[in-house]
Amino acid sequence: MSETRLLQIEDLVLYFKTRIGNVQAVDHVSLSLERHKAMVILGESGCGKTSMARAILRLLPRNVSKYSGKVIIDGEDVMPMDDETFRKNVRWVQVSMVPQAAMNSLNPVIRVGDQVAEPAIVHMGMSKEEALAKASETFGLVGVPEDFLVRYPFELSGGMRQRVAIAMALITNPKIIILDEPTSALDLLTQANIMNVLKKIKWEHGASYVLITHDIATSSELADVVAVMYAGQIVEVNDAESFFSQPLHPYSQKLMASVPRLRSDREPEFITGRPPSLLNPPTGCRFADRCPFRFDKCNAEPPVYEVDGHLVKCWLYEDKATGDVS
Amino acid sequence: MSVALTKNRHAHPNVEADEILLSVKNLRVWFELKKWGFSHVGWVHAVDGVSFDLRKGEAIAIVGESGCGKSSLMKTFLLLNRPTEGKVFFRGVDISTLKGKELKKFRSHVGYVQQDPYGALPPFMTVRRILEEPLIVNGIKSKTEREERVRRAMHEVTLTPVEDFLNKYPHMLSGGQQQRVVIARAMIMEPLLLVADEPVSMLDASVRVEILKLLRKLQEEHNLSVIYITHDLSTVKYFSERIFVMYAGKLIEKARIEELLDNPLHPYTEALLTGTSEPDAANAKVLKDIPPGEPPSLVHPPAGCRFHPRCSRMIEGLCNTEEPPEFEVFPGHVVKCWLYKDQAEKLEQ
Amino acid sequence: MNLNQLKEITRYPSAIVGILLIAFLVILSIYVVIALPYHQTIMKWQGAGGIWMDNPRTAPPEWVNYFRSKKLPKTIIRKSANGAVQKKRTPIKGDISDEDFVFSFNYTADEFPQEIIVDFTSKYKKKAPYITLTWITPDGRKIDVGNFALHEETTRRISQDKKLIAKLNGKPPEVALFADPKSKELKPLKGTYKLDVDGIIFEPKSDFDAKLVVYGKVYGLAGTDHLRRDLMLALLWGTPVALIFGLLAALATSILTMIIAAIGSWYSSWVDSIIQRITEVNMMLPVLPILIMIGVFYSRSLWVMLGAIILLSIFGAGIKSYRSIFMQERESGYIEAAKAYGASDIRIIFFYLIPRIVPILIPSLVVLIPSFVFLEASLAVLGLGDPVMPTWGKVINEAITNGAPYKGLYYWPLEPAFMLMLTGFSFAMLGFALDRVFNPRLRGM
Repeated sequence: MSETRLLQIEDLVLYFKTRIGNVQAVDHVSLSLERHKAMVILGESGCGKTSMARAILRLLPRNVSKYSGKVIIDGEDVMPMDDETFRKNVRWVQVSMVPQAAMNSLNPVIRVGDQVAEPAIVHMGMSKEEALAKASETFGLVGVPEDFLVRYPFELSGGMRQRVAIAMALITNPKIIILDEPTSALDLLTQANIMNVLKKIKWEHGASYVLITHDIATSSELADVVAVMYAGQIVEVNDAESFFSQPLHPYSQKLMASVPRLRSDREPEFITGRPPSLLNPPTGCRFADRCPFRFDKCNAEPPVYEVDGHLVKCWLYEDKATGDVS
Repeated sequence: MSVALTKNRHAHPNVEADEILLSVKNLRVWFELKKWGFSHVGWVHAVDGVSFDLRKGEAIAIVGESGCGKSSLMKTFLLLNRPTEGKVFFRGVDISTLKGKELKKFRSHVGYVQQDPYGALPPFMTVRRILEEPLIVNGIKSKTEREERVRRAMHEVTLTPVEDFLNKYPHMLSGGQQQRVVIARAMIMEPLLLVADEPVSMLDASVRVEILKLLRKLQEEHNLSVIYITHDLSTVKYFSERIFVMYAGKLIEKARIEELLDNPLHPYTEALLTGTSEPDAANAKVLKDIPPGEPPSLVHPPAGCRFHPRCSRMIEGLCNTEEPPEFEVFPGHVVKCWLYKDQAEKLEQ
Repeated sequence: MNLNQLKEITRYPSAIVGILLIAFLVILSIYVVIALPYHQTIMKWQGAGGIWMDNPRTAPPEWVNYFRSKKLPKTIIRKSANGAVQKKRTPIKGDISDEDFVFSFNYTADEFPQEIIVDFTSKYKKKAPYITLTWITPDGRKIDVGNFALHEETTRRISQDKKLIAKLNGKPPEVALFADPKSKELKPLKGTYKLDVDGIIFEPKSDFDAKLVVYGKVYGLAGTDHLRRDLMLALLWGTPVALIFGLLAALATSILTMIIAAIGSWYSSWVDSIIQRITEVNMMLPVLPILIMIGVFYSRSLWVMLGAIILLSIFGAGIKSYRSIFMQERESGYIEAAKAYGASDIRIIFFYLIPRIVPILIPSLVVLIPSFVFLEASLAVLGLGDPVMPTWGKVINEAITNGAPYKGLYYWPLEPAFMLMLTGFSFAMLGFALDRVFNPRLRGM
């Protein structure tokens, strides 16, 4: 493989210290993203996926107890960088983020045009006029009319505000855009519109995405690769086609089975029990006590197996594995 | 396409014998917009001419995006809003005339399941107390009777073993468990009608199904009428028979579910169906064909058909000037759209 | 409010300190109220029965001697009644006899006493006994300090005896009688002093008794004020007064404010508007000047002040902040649900809204208590305190009025000030810790 991957995450760890114990939010996660592709990190609430996003962008709270691993962007490991260098060279320059409920995190007293222009001024050294011009251009990309530059967030609808937030992440032409639940709070048609916007940007400008969501159906609108996260660990990495038709990990299978479908008669199923707390994750396979295929090996933590070019963290695939990647 | 749920149902929409539980006639709910708290600026036409009948044991889904007025509509059925015009009849009685004891009795017949399970529960009360409140309010004085009913309600929503949950506070429960408490509370007075406002949209994917199945079980066992409000079309099949599509304060299409899914008539309904994704890798390769723009302001809705500014099939001169009446295109399938003016008999609006 | 939160509190050292201090103050108050009943205390404070007469005037507490190289004297009292000293009666002629006794004491202080008096009581029908007082120093000098006839009861103020002063070359007797003649600087001679009381009695049944009081310059645990009153009484009694006042005022104000805010925000419309307007006007009223006016023109009774303060405080800023919280909570899901299942307005206000506020109310209540304590003290310092009760503010007021700071009598206003600070400190500690427990968002600070 001569071509370097765009993003390579190796053994990323992020633990927080709280009064009740250590929260192991991101527990030895390894992932990779190719250029111009979109990877979806799929998981339910409490699985640590938002912490994943923060770990990549080094947006850490004060109570971090462990933060280690490698984050290699375009061949360069950015973890050893000090915070100031990271801020100047990586955050919003190479990787940017549209945070969860971004539409609600716009500054209410600053015009949206100025807010979108700000990253360009700070990270690209542009003057105010240049930055506003770029903002206008980016507005065009996301489908916000130019005359909205002078408006305030409260004058815009939810969908428009989300587009503004996406524009803010795009303006510095980053290589990777992380989107954390970009459409959860939006209406159906607005959601579809935003997805269209993201697709166009990907096709026409070659953007690469890391999309974090719990919405399986919507994730399929963008996904090239799907990574499933459970209790702080990645349990499956699969390309979209095989994942949505034949998921490997029992959790992925259950997730797919729980999606209500408009156009089929099949009754959806639900998963009994609750995900384990990230405070004291159980030893062994973390999904074991909810898994219909549990057997005695599951008391030990399974390694990550490579099966037909996909990755699964499950003992069931021990025999079919072509390699052990863990 | 058959829907997997009509098996053991007592209620069937075509059986005349069933009582009409709720009858809505030309309901309008307008909110006054005031500047500085007293000068009149305009009206928010949240619900603008809604009519339908709901039978005992029947479940309907009202589908629409945010701002279409469905929450205001639902709150009117709970008498949390007053009708501005038009009437709502519950078992033949106009609910806006209810007062005092009669009003309380009506409230005990309608259960309310809210969207946010955590916000719906008082954080300083235990589960037992939360469930006892409606009983106390409705004058059930005997402590043993209350205890018994609380336990029964917990069993019904499968919050068992009951002892484990009775003394817990809401923040100690998971989202799914919280929502089950909300449902238990809504059921505890043995209502005839359940109004569920997006009951699963704030829950995780794997828990949604659990709650929907629970609602269905309750509906079947108690012959409950249910009004299920949602914006997620993919969940409506699981326990509703009829579906109403709401846009800008009006019900623009009404039909049986299978009928609607097979044969959507209104362009907006088509858009909703197109917009509803299913997990399929092929989705990533195409753009969805959906109307641009956003739902209109309810203060100054567009003239004529309220969807016309976004409609690709708008008829110039007609859709933008005159509001379409309700057309019955197929039996039991009505739509408010000028595209069908020739095909169908015009019904009274 | 549940057990977990109570356990939380113990994690904060400030809370534990606060609780311990408050407990101490409360226990002290209970003890004081039981052991020193109200009426008795008032009587005592007015000086009934001359109970303070044996105390020195404006004397600092005894423990200041630990910090001094030159020790101040304590009061020395010698009595002749009830056979405390041996009386020698020698007949002279007929009914006339001579009675003599000697008071003796050991003087070890490095400073002179404040005053010397001799109190006499006598029994006679027509002719009073004639007394001769002789002062005997440790080094054997004898000084004649007075000859006079006793009329029933006399207090011989040796320190103010002009003739004696003249005789001692203008030096005050309490100094001259104790001064060491051999020392160049003025310091008292230590050793055993005697006062010979020699009286001539003219009737067989006549008798007399004397009490020698050599006033010291220190007294007790807290010292004395200008009326010789033991300040300990005021410090002790001030505790329950302060606590009860502060607690009642804070509680009444908080609860009433909360209820009014709840009713206003629930019913909105004109009810709310009226309450808000009243509040806004009331917030502009200057509290202290109004209280001063009430005190001057109407009554200075503590209870009247309490009532006035509560009335002025109810429609205060608290209403605005509670109202904003209530307005927010009103939109909550569970309130909506309650309306839907038919709960009455009153029920919602008292069972759903108010319990939500209690965790916010309690810390602010605790922190409010000292403000009212200080308010009462301020009124007292300004001279508008309750006219009869001994309170901390009263003591400060008297100290300042009597020039304590100028005279170097620092202990006098500082002791009640310290009690005020202790009270404020303990409630503040507890209150802030409670705030952090009940309102976790502040925890990081």
